[in-house]
Amino acid sequence: MDIPYTVQPRPDTGLYNAKVGIWLFLASEVMLFGALFSSYILLRVGAVEGYWPHGWLNIPIGTANTLVLITSSITTVMAWASLKMNQFGRFKFYHACTILFAMTFVGIKSYEYHDKFTHYSIKLANGKIADGHLVEKSKDFNLEKKTGEMVIHGHEVNFAEATGEKLQEELKSIYDIRSPEGRKAKHSELRYNASQIASMETYGPWHNTYTAIYFTLTGLHALHVIGGALVIGFLWSFGGKMWKTDPERFTNRIEISGLFWHFVDLVWIFLFPVLYLL
Amino acid sequence: MSDDHSGEHFSQHVKRYLFVFYALLFGTLITVGASYIPFGHRAVNIGVALLIASAKAFLVGGYFMHLISERKMIYGIMAFTAFFFIGLMFLTIWSFADFPPLATQH
Repeated sequence: MDIPYTVQPRPDTGLYNAKVGIWLFLASEVMLFGALFSSYILLRVGAVEGYWPHGWLNIPIGTANTLVLITSSITTVMAWASLKMNQFGRFKFYHACTILFAMTFVGIKSYEYHDKFTHYSIKLANGKIADGHLVEKSKDFNLEKKTGEMVIHGHEVNFAEATGEKLQEELKSIYDIRSPEGRKAKHSELRYNASQIASMETYGPWHNTYTAIYFTLTGLHALHVIGGALVIGFLWSFGGKMWKTDPERFTNRIEISGLFWHFVDLVWIFLFPVLYLL
Repeated sequence: MSDDHSGEHFSQHVKRYLFVFYALLFGTLITVGASYIPFGHRAVNIGVALLIASAKAFLVGGYFMHLISERKMIYGIMAFTAFFFIGLMFLTIWSFADFPPLATQH
């Protein structure tokens, strides 16, 4: 059975069916990300003053990733325009670039995730907190059995004994890294025996509400990037055969996948300032 | 989008896409730069960043997604979406009244 209106527009909508379909899907996506942005706002406004992180994410890396995604958007639209101009070779080139940029974006994001999963917040037995990136962990390190040792590159803070301005300074050295107090914190290699450590955790989604919403928002976005790249990859390779048999329908498919890709870019345009800069 | 599929017509489109692309790159750099300027209150910084992001979103939606010249059906779907999205954001803002006095805006 032939699917109707894959090329010709339906008389009532004035559009081919897939276009109506993708816009309805994107409408549901707006509400999905909207709900998560709403959660972000509530968590941020509800946080105790001084405890909402600023500067936890690397701005140059985030900026580079934003530029990568924007560039992938122009290559996507150029791929579609190439088909409209009957230039299949150019389409192949532009969409190869899109796939490459998508992989670059996911690669950079993975690097950022790795950075968080190797960043430790260690509550010491003496009440202090050691915060920094893992340098090494001895093979016999076991926190429950209190054996072995670990080394981090970071600094110690003492919330328990600090009050007034000193407490604000200590807080900012952890939570507001872009502040003058945050930049003042001196980092060095710190070595701890397991017996000195009361508890510890990485900056994964479980660390606090900021990391929870950060991983949820960026994780869902990354899944969209991967999903979109797979579809574009299919259309670039096996799916490209349709160009020979039904070029208009193939061009429409590229338009639909492109609309999804631009939406993914559009979501990132808001995620970047909200999570990295503000 | 227009039904005119001539090569010349799309060459004009390509020029427009490139212009939008450069504007998006510029907008990204402006967003980062503005985040380093202390506007006095963090809320102003947030407002400026969201304003720039909205302008960039308009460019992507309007030109790359062709919303600037779409069919009525698509505008209808978008109008419904905008209504519910704005409603969701208003619900979020109204809920601030339920927060305990301890909480403050960051």
